[in-house]
Amino acid sequence: MEIPMIAYLVVSTIMFFAGVYGFVTRKNMLAMLISLELMLNAADINFVVFNRYLYPEALEGFFFTLFAIGIAAAETALAIAIIINIFRHIRNVDVHNLDKMKY
Amino acid sequence: MEYSAIILLLPLCMFLFLGLVGHKLSERVAGILGTLGLTVTAVLAYMVAFNYFTMPRNAEGVFKTLQPVNFEWLRFTEHLHIDLGILLDPISVMMLVVITTVSLMVHIYSMGYMHGEKGFQRYYAFLSLFSFSMLGLVVATNIFQMYIFWELVGVSSYLLIGFYYTKPAAVSASKKAFIVTRFADLGFLIGILILSFFTETFDFQTLMSNPTSLVSETAGMTFMGCSVAAWAMALIFMGGAGKSAMFPLHIWLPDAMEGPTPVSALIHAATMVVAGVYLVARLFPMYCAVPEVLDLITWVGAITALYAAVVACVQTDIKRVLAFSTISQIAFMMVALGVAFNSDLHAGLGYMASMFHLFTHAMFKALLFLGAGCIIHAVHSNEMSAMGNLRKYMPVTHITFLIACLAIAGIPPFSGFFSKDEILTAAFEKSAFWGIWMTAVAGLTAFYMFRLYYRIFWWSKPDYGHHTPHEAPKTMYLPLVFLALVTCVAGFIPFGEFVSVNGQEYHIHLDWSVATTSIIVAVAAIALATWMYLSENTKPKALADKFRALHTAAYHRFYMDELYMWVTHKVIFQHICRPIAWFDRHIVDGTMNMLATVTNGVSYGIRKLQSGYIQWYVWVFIMGALLIAVLAMCF
Repeated sequence: MEIPMIAYLVVSTIMFFAGVYGFVTRKNMLAMLISLELMLNAADINFVVFNRYLYPEALEGFFFTLFAIGIAAAETALAIAIIINIFRHIRNVDVHNLDKMKY
Repeated sequence: MEYSAIILLLPLCMFLFLGLVGHKLSERVAGILGTLGLTVTAVLAYMVAFNYFTMPRNAEGVFKTLQPVNFEWLRFTEHLHIDLGILLDPISVMMLVVITTVSLMVHIYSMGYMHGEKGFQRYYAFLSLFSFSMLGLVVATNIFQMYIFWELVGVSSYLLIGFYYTKPAAVSASKKAFIVTRFADLGFLIGILILSFFTETFDFQTLMSNPTSLVSETAGMTFMGCSVAAWAMALIFMGGAGKSAMFPLHIWLPDAMEGPTPVSALIHAATMVVAGVYLVARLFPMYCAVPEVLDLITWVGAITALYAAVVACVQTDIKRVLAFSTISQIAFMMVALGVAFNSDLHAGLGYMASMFHLFTHAMFKALLFLGAGCIIHAVHSNEMSAMGNLRKYMPVTHITFLIACLAIAGIPPFSGFFSKDEILTAAFEKSAFWGIWMTAVAGLTAFYMFRLYYRIFWWSKPDYGHHTPHEAPKTMYLPLVFLALVTCVAGFIPFGEFVSVNGQEYHIHLDWSVATTSIIVAVAAIALATWMYLSENTKPKALADKFRALHTAAYHRFYMDELYMWVTHKVIFQHICRPIAWFDRHIVDGTMNMLATVTNGVSYGIRKLQSGYIQWYVWVFIMGALLIAVLAMCF
C-alpha cells in the first residue's frame, strides 16, 4: 500500500514545530542546536517528499537534501566550537547568560 | 607650425616639475632651469613670429589666420563645443613675442632679485605657471578657452601677489586682486553665455567671419533700454576692464604692488593687465557692430587715464606711482580702441595704435619696474623719502630708467613717442575733444614720470647711514640694458605693416601737427617737473598746501577704496549678507537639526527592543512570519 504524501508532511510539520518549540524554550545551547537540526531535517524531508511525489522524473530535491545535510554537519561543527568557547568564558552554556549583544 | 604647441607645453611642464620636485633642487639649479625653459620658449616664439610674418599674404594683402592645433575638448550641442587649440594671427603672434620677451627678462632678473628668498623654487614654479596661462590666453582659438586661461592668469597673479604670505598686507592684496577681478569675470562669463546663446558658437574665426551675427540674431530684443547685443559686448568688456584695472574696477592694481617687484613688472605692468585690451582687440569687429559699446570703452578709458594720472602725481611710494601710471597707459590703449572703427584702414588707426602702444608699453614699463626693483634692492624701501641723488651710486639703473621715462613721456626717438602719437592722432580723428583730453593726460604722464625720476635720482641725498646704495648685480642690470635697447629701437618697427584693423599693410606716417603739440606739452611738463624736483626745495610742499583739498583727495586716490569698503561693509554685508546668513543658520540649518533631533529621540525610545536575548529575537521572528503567512492567506 502506497503511503500517502500527507503522512510525510504531517511528520515533517510536527518535527519542525517541535524544533521551533525547543529552540525558543530550551536554555541549554546544546539542546537549542539539536532543535535546530530537527528543523533542518524537517525541511529536508519536505524536499525529498515533494520530489518523490510531485516530480518523480527529477532529482533536484534529493540532491538538495544531500547538500543540506552536508552543510548541516559543517554548521554543527562550527556551532559546537562556538559553544565550547562560550563555555570557557562563562563556565556554562546557558543562553540566558548571553545578553551582551545589545545596544 | 605645429611646434607652436611646445610654446605652451614647455612652461606647463616646467611649472609641474619645479612645483613638484623644486624643493629638492638648490636655488641656483631651479632658477637656471626655469630660465632655460623660458629661453627655449622665447626662441620658439621668435621663430613662430619670423615664420608667420614672412609667410606670403593672401590676395587681399592680409596675413592668413592659422590654427596649427585645435581639438575638441567638450561638446554641449551640435554647434556649441569648447575646443582647445592655438590660433595664430598678427596680434596673437605679437603678444607671444611680448610675453616671452618680458617673461624671459623677468626670469633672469629674478635670479638676482629673489636671491636668498624663502620659497625661491616656488616663485619660479609660479612664474612658469603664469607664462603658460598668459600664452594660452593669447593663442586661444575660442572665447571659452580664453576664459579658462583668463582665470588661470588670475590664479597665478593671486599666488604671486601673495608670495610673501606671512605679510598681512600681501595676503589681503592678493585676496583683493582675486575678488575684484573675479567679480568682473562674472560679467565676462555672462557676456560669453549671451554671445554663445545667440550666435551658437565660441569660435573666434566663426564669429569674425560674420561679426554682425550677434546683432542680427538679437534684433529687436532689448533689456533695460539697451539692446541685448550691446549688453553682451558691454559685459564682456567688463571682464576686460577688471583685468586691465579700468575705473572703477582698478582698485586691486595699486595694492597688487605688495608682490615681489619682478612680478609687478611681468604681470601687473607688461602682460596680464593688457589682457583686457587684447580681449577688446580680439573681438574688435564685434564691438564695431555695437558702436555704443565702443563709446562706453572710450569714456571708461578716458576717465581712467585722467584719474590715474592725477593720482600718480602725488603718490610717494614709487611702485604705486608706477602702478597708477600703468593704469593710465592701459587706459590710453582702451581709448585708442574706443575711437577706432573697422570701416577702413584710416578709421582703424586706433586699433593699430593700441596694439603698438601695448607692445612698446610692455617693454618700457617692464623696464621701469625692474629699475624700481633695483632701487628698492639698493635702499630697502619703496618710499621716495628714502631715496635721492641715486644717480651717483647706480649709473646703469639711472640711464635705463631715464630712457624709459623719456619713452613713456613721449619724447622722440624713444618707442613711446611713436605709439602715443598714433593714439593721439586717432583720438583727434574721432573728435577734438578726445584729442585734447588725451594730450592733457599725456602731459600729466610726462610730469609725474619726471617727478618720480628727479625724486629718485636727483633731489638731495637722505641719510643712507652705513649702508651706501650700490649698483645691482649683473643678472639684474643686464635685463635693464636689453629692455632699454628695445625701448630705443622699438619705435622704428614698421608696426602697421604687421598689425592693422583689417590686416592690410598700413604705413605709419607721423601727423606732425599732433606730434609737435604732444612734444611741446611733454617738454613743458618735464620742464615743470625739473623746476620743482631737480634739487631739494619747498616748492612741491607749497603747492600741495595751496591745493590742500585736491592734494589730500588725490593722495587718498579720491577715496575709491573707502567707497568700496563702505559699499561692501555697510550696504552689502549689513543689508544683504546678514539676513541671508540668518536665514541659513536658523531656517535651513534649523530644519536639518530638527530632523536629526527627532531621529535621535525615536531611536533612543526603541533601542530597548534590542535586548540581546537570542530566543526573544527568534520568538518575534517566528510570530512575524506566522502573521505574514496568516495575512497572506486572508488576502
